[in-house]
Amino acid sequence: MSRFNPELLPASFVPFASSSAFTKKERTLIPEKEKSENVVYLHSIPSLFDELKITDGMTLSFHHHLRNGDYVFNMVMEEIKRRNLKNIHLAPSAIFPNNQGLSELIENSNVTNITTNYLNGPVAETIGQGKMQGLLIMDTHGGRARAIESGDLKIDVAILSTPAVDHLGNGNGIEGPSACGSLGYAISDLKYAKKVVLVTDYVIDSLKRVDFPNEYVDYVVKLDKIGDPKGIVSGTTKITKDPIGLKIARNTVKLLDELGFIKEGLSMQTGAGGTSLAVAQYVKEKMQEKQIKGSFASGGITGYIVDMLKEGLFEKLYDVQCFDLQAVKSIKTNPSHIPMSASVYANPFDPKVIVDKLDFVILGATEIDTNFNVNVTTDSKGLIIGGSGGHSDTAFGAKVTIITSSLIKSRLPIIKDKVTIITTPGEDVDILVTERGIAINPKRTDLLQKLTNSKLKIVPIEKLLETSHKITGEPNRIELKNKVIGLVRYRDGAIIDLLYQYK
Amino acid sequence: MKIGIAGTLESNDTMITVKESDSLIIKVKSIVDEFFHDSIVKTIEDTLKELNISKIKVICEDKGALDYTIKARLITAIQRMEKSL
Amino acid sequence: MRRSLLFIPGNNPAMLQNADCFESDAVIIDLEDAVHVNEKDNARNLVHCYLESLTEVPMEIVIRINAPDTPYYEDDLEQVVSEKIDAIMLPKASPASCFLIDQVLTIIENDKKMNKKIGIIPIIETATGVLQMGEIAKMPRINGILLGAEDLSVDMEVERTKKGTEIWYPRAKLAYTCKALKIDAIDTPFTDTSDNEGLKEDALKAKELGLNAKAAIHPNQIDIINQVFSPSEKQIIWAKRILKATEEAQAKNLGVFSLDGKMVDKPIIERAQKIIKMAQKYRLD
Repeated sequence: MSRFNPELLPASFVPFASSSAFTKKERTLIPEKEKSENVVYLHSIPSLFDELKITDGMTLSFHHHLRNGDYVFNMVMEEIKRRNLKNIHLAPSAIFPNNQGLSELIENSNVTNITTNYLNGPVAETIGQGKMQGLLIMDTHGGRARAIESGDLKIDVAILSTPAVDHLGNGNGIEGPSACGSLGYAISDLKYAKKVVLVTDYVIDSLKRVDFPNEYVDYVVKLDKIGDPKGIVSGTTKITKDPIGLKIARNTVKLLDELGFIKEGLSMQTGAGGTSLAVAQYVKEKMQEKQIKGSFASGGITGYIVDMLKEGLFEKLYDVQCFDLQAVKSIKTNPSHIPMSASVYANPFDPKVIVDKLDFVILGATEIDTNFNVNVTTDSKGLIIGGSGGHSDTAFGAKVTIITSSLIKSRLPIIKDKVTIITTPGEDVDILVTERGIAINPKRTDLLQKLTNSKLKIVPIEKLLETSHKITGEPNRIELKNKVIGLVRYRDGAIIDLLYQYK
Repeated sequence: MKIGIAGTLESNDTMITVKESDSLIIKVKSIVDEFFHDSIVKTIEDTLKELNISKIKVICEDKGALDYTIKARLITAIQRMEKSL
Repeated sequence: MRRSLLFIPGNNPAMLQNADCFESDAVIIDLEDAVHVNEKDNARNLVHCYLESLTEVPMEIVIRINAPDTPYYEDDLEQVVSEKIDAIMLPKASPASCFLIDQVLTIIENDKKMNKKIGIIPIIETATGVLQMGEIAKMPRINGILLGAEDLSVDMEVERTKKGTEIWYPRAKLAYTCKALKIDAIDTPFTDTSDNEGLKEDALKAKELGLNAKAAIHPNQIDIINQVFSPSEKQIIWAKRILKATEEAQAKNLGVFSLDGKMVDKPIIERAQKIIKMAQKYRLD
């Protein structure tokens, strides 16, 4: 099954075997960090560097809950540059276009290794051109939690933007001018980093709720602003108006209904993109029509899902990140809107893991191949444009995994013989819905059986590929033969693919 | 100088500029060059053959147009060039 | 028997590419109003090359050409008429223009040795056109008529409204004219693409008067139009019962019989057959 020569793997990395291989393994847990005696309050990033004696070669981690409005990551990069620190290993849960200053640090070997779950923008270009000395490791959201708790990713200092902090060093994400809601991606960092720093712009006497208990906190840095609220709550798009996207969404819900998934107690997760939101909307209408209530919706939460909770269509929401202001407000005030850590969300070794309870998940793809392997990490040229996020995690856990996509984007068919990079293995991907037909993974004979009398256009994936080639012509195949610049690490720690220099 | 231009730089379209020339010159720049460059050149060559044109300069700026769009824009550009006498 | 026809601008490659995905019964590829005067040549060539490239044609293809009082219509017809299309839509139609297009089509069909006979769908968009509707409907090749209320209301110097009182008369006349000649009565498009409730009301008004189809100017309108103009589940069940009862009656050599206390005679049976035919064509049962 291996797409690459396992001998290319650095020592201590093992190749991917299967998505359920972890079930035969024991959970590895390093001890939680030392409880802190007291919390020290500082007022600048430079003073933090002095206090902690941050030096060459350290591993610094961050969460990305302030998204494209975050200031803290860039301020820390500035300080690394100012001190000309070298060989820093960064472990942010995501890297966005507004982190472009990082490119210079990579080129000058201030930063030589990065472990992250999502990478997009100028930094992806820099790394894709082979300019980073060390390796890029891309985890899934659940996999990052596993990596931290097992010691695979050892963090020296976790630098955590925290919208509100009290005088005892407790923190939460729901209060203050930079409120971002759930802080799910930071919890493993909080518990297992050697030192934990909360960076805030809002210190108050008492917090409405504690997301970061002070026993884990060593330092609080109080700044004037930790982020731009407009950029923080910028995660949602609107429901697509594109007729093709709407057709795909409609057919997805028809399909779900025919498969019997729109029933009392259903649980679901959808993405935040335009087509996914349309799916959520049609699911909502179907649920209202049938007068049923779902058990939960999970994942990154948008205002659309919050509305479904408010209208009594779900018992609970499990929230690992808030995409917009509506979600932030809801998680603050509605006890049924429950924050969850990345580990509880998606760590394969977490006994409470939510993804395993999902009935269905609606996901995207940049590429899918005839074995239903999915790429959400790179585009077809091999440039990194994203990363698994929760893709591989939810695909494993959900009873049915549906990929929605138009068949062709700018003359490029989304279906390939082989994906450029594997993010999520085909064994976990069940259905592809496009505007020109629906393909079901042949392994799912149970689904195929339920659809024998369906009026939906269900065709083998090879036929959809053929159809797309009839329209676009057959594209040249690109072989990425260049230098290995990173690893795609599956949620259980095994390496499912290599990342290559694309230019 | 006789010039013909047809098409736009919108997604899925192609902008073709044709000029009189002593030889056959075809220049293609596409957002999907890695995948379809040769195919686009061939479409242009085949269309020129159909029209019995062997000496012309064709500049194609492509935004992911399908073959029939490239062919159509090329034909229009040539017709416009010939009209601009 | 069409329900929905979607206008697609002829010079827009992105939309042409998806023409077969929008789920309307027919697409009207537009060389007229959707195309700027300076781009008529471009649009024509694009549609020609698009049609040439088609191997399977899953829906009906109608081409709205420029009217015969323009310099474009001859080239339009020359470039688009082929086995791949089904009908020509003729703007501001009159009996004379219909006659002319019929003649030109005959010549082109012979030249190209075509097996197919291309239909004509005239657009009634002037007061004169409304008065001439009967005559127009009898011209050769006509298999449907479209009401063009936007231009018609300009000609009539009345306000075009969602309520539609100003077009009640032409709609009604269209319904009777087309029913008498067994051709499609196609309602004018609903121009507010963000108002789905309004679209549904408008389509129902047309249906009530006896029109059987509606043109769409945006793909998001098609679902609603198809729903309104499809036989309902109730009607399909009724039709099946009628046909079953008819079979049973014939087996017993009964001429006329009744179902649910109502007499079932030939017109009723034909209506039931038409409903079943529609249900099968649009896979509704």
